[in-house]
Amino acid sequence: MRLANRPLRLAACATVALLAAAVGCAPQDESPGGPHAAGPRQQSCDRGKLATVADGKLTVGTDKPAYAPWFHDDDPASGKGFESAVAYAVARRLGYDKGAVDWQTVPFNNAFAPGAKKFDFDINQISISAARKRAVAFSSGYYDVRQAVVALKGSPAARAKSIAGLRHLKLGAQVGSTSLDVVDDTVRPAQRPAVFQKNDLAKSALKNGQVDAILTDLPTAFYITSAEVKNAEVVGQFAATGTAKEQFGLVLDKESRITGCVTAAVDALRKDGTLAALEKKWLTDAVSVPVLK
Amino acid sequence: MSKLRAAPDEADDGYVPSARRIERERFRRTRARRATAVAALSTLVTAVVLYLVITGSPGWPRTRETFFSAEYAAKALPKVMEGLLLNLRLLVVCGAAVLVLGLLLAVARTLRGPVFFPLRALATAYTDFFRGLPLIICLLMVVFGVPALRLQGVTTDPVLLGGSALVLTYSAYVAEVFRAGIESVHPSQRAAARSLGLTGGQALRFVVLPQAVRRVVPPLLNDLVSLQKDTGLVSIAGAVDAVYAAQIIAGKDFNFTPYVVAGLVFVALTIPMTRCTDWVTARMDRRRAQGGLV
Repeated sequence: MRLANRPLRLAACATVALLAAAVGCAPQDESPGGPHAAGPRQQSCDRGKLATVADGKLTVGTDKPAYAPWFHDDDPASGKGFESAVAYAVARRLGYDKGAVDWQTVPFNNAFAPGAKKFDFDINQISISAARKRAVAFSSGYYDVRQAVVALKGSPAARAKSIAGLRHLKLGAQVGSTSLDVVDDTVRPAQRPAVFQKNDLAKSALKNGQVDAILTDLPTAFYITSAEVKNAEVVGQFAATGTAKEQFGLVLDKESRITGCVTAAVDALRKDGTLAALEKKWLTDAVSVPVLK
Repeated sequence: MSKLRAAPDEADDGYVPSARRIERERFRRTRARRATAVAALSTLVTAVVLYLVITGSPGWPRTRETFFSAEYAAKALPKVMEGLLLNLRLLVVCGAAVLVLGLLLAVARTLRGPVFFPLRALATAYTDFFRGLPLIICLLMVVFGVPALRLQGVTTDPVLLGGSALVLTYSAYVAEVFRAGIESVHPSQRAAARSLGLTGGQALRFVVLPQAVRRVVPPLLNDLVSLQKDTGLVSIAGAVDAVYAAQIIAGKDFNFTPYVVAGLVFVALTIPMTRCTDWVTARMDRRRAQGGLV
């Protein structure tokens, strides 16, 4: 009888322990950030005193490899390349000098995973969209994006003059990119597009003739044709579709309390001409590329 | 209950269970009932605790929205099913090729006689190399390396190339499974077959292989399920399979629900496959037992 009772008692103890753990643990994690608070709380944007992930430091995330012309030599901390320069300009606005900026490698798919983020903001050519805003917070846009088509010189794809001329081609784009959305929604090709994990793989496929043309944002297209696939050319760019233009934004945790401060910093940089100057310095002028209609 | 069960005995030989036995049986029944009740209760409690822990965790509302959103599930399912067609086509074609090639390699490795040495050595080198080479490297080399050679008449289709890379790697795994099966057949079986006048080839075909294959069906199924999941890696070259279709939606809208949908679809595929193999194994066992034991 006593032996038989043991499992029962054990079970009872375990239940109590588990329940205690369940009830006890849950509220603890809740205090910082406070997801049930009415919206993300704002804090004052005192220079250098933001509620950042690491005290006194600004942690900035980006993917690896970090592609040119957005970053230089896969080294975000160099300050060279458009996005690296923008990150440091935003940091300076917020009161963090170059030494107080830490870089973190954040794969694209982790930038929007729920849970605690290890970065204060992520800069990785991420376009702002309404659907994405349900998962993360965005700063205001720091760059107006246009999508472009890259094809090998002399190929039939390179002679395309219009969107209709692209429709019968085998197109490629990177997964998760707005380039892919342009393929699906604007070009609507007859053949199923090829979708690549990284732009590097898309470039290989272009070189091998496995796809006729690839779509990327315009600065990347310029970089590919000038430095990486020299026998390729930028066929054309797409006009900004719809009413809202596509913009890259800094990604923040949905519950981040510094979103307002970061947005204010980006707005100030746009207003005082810093962003335009950085664009001119790091990104090729797009005027010469024909617009596909 | 006890009366019912005891009834046929009573009718047959007039056996009346002793009071002791009846008492013992009653005791056992109460213990069994009690055990069932305890198990049910503890299962219930565990379920409740798990439910409370998960739904009570601070991130649950966000997690539910990002991983279990009905809206995104409905959006993802058609695309995931479309991608699944690619997985299934690859599974059927590569699966068949892998089984045939694997069996040939295994047989080549187990051939006796000095004249077969080069064949044995080649088969051994092949299995050693492709079993050790990480699948993703094999895929990258075949999918992007072969077209880079610009050979006339060789396809650049990523699905065909990716499929061949899968066959290269998996036939090496499967060859080892088959070899283990062949070597597990006792030598006396071969000796008996030869003493009946069968040639070496006949002994292999009619005596050794049937026994070997039957023994390795469960591990073969493992490899097939593994192949089924790995067919998605072909997407490295741009083809869109079920998992990749999910990733495209996840990357577009920053929601992970499509992954959950794709995962469930694969699990749903695996379960009938397992049941089917169980059925095949059972049928083979029945056939073996036909005619009874001697």
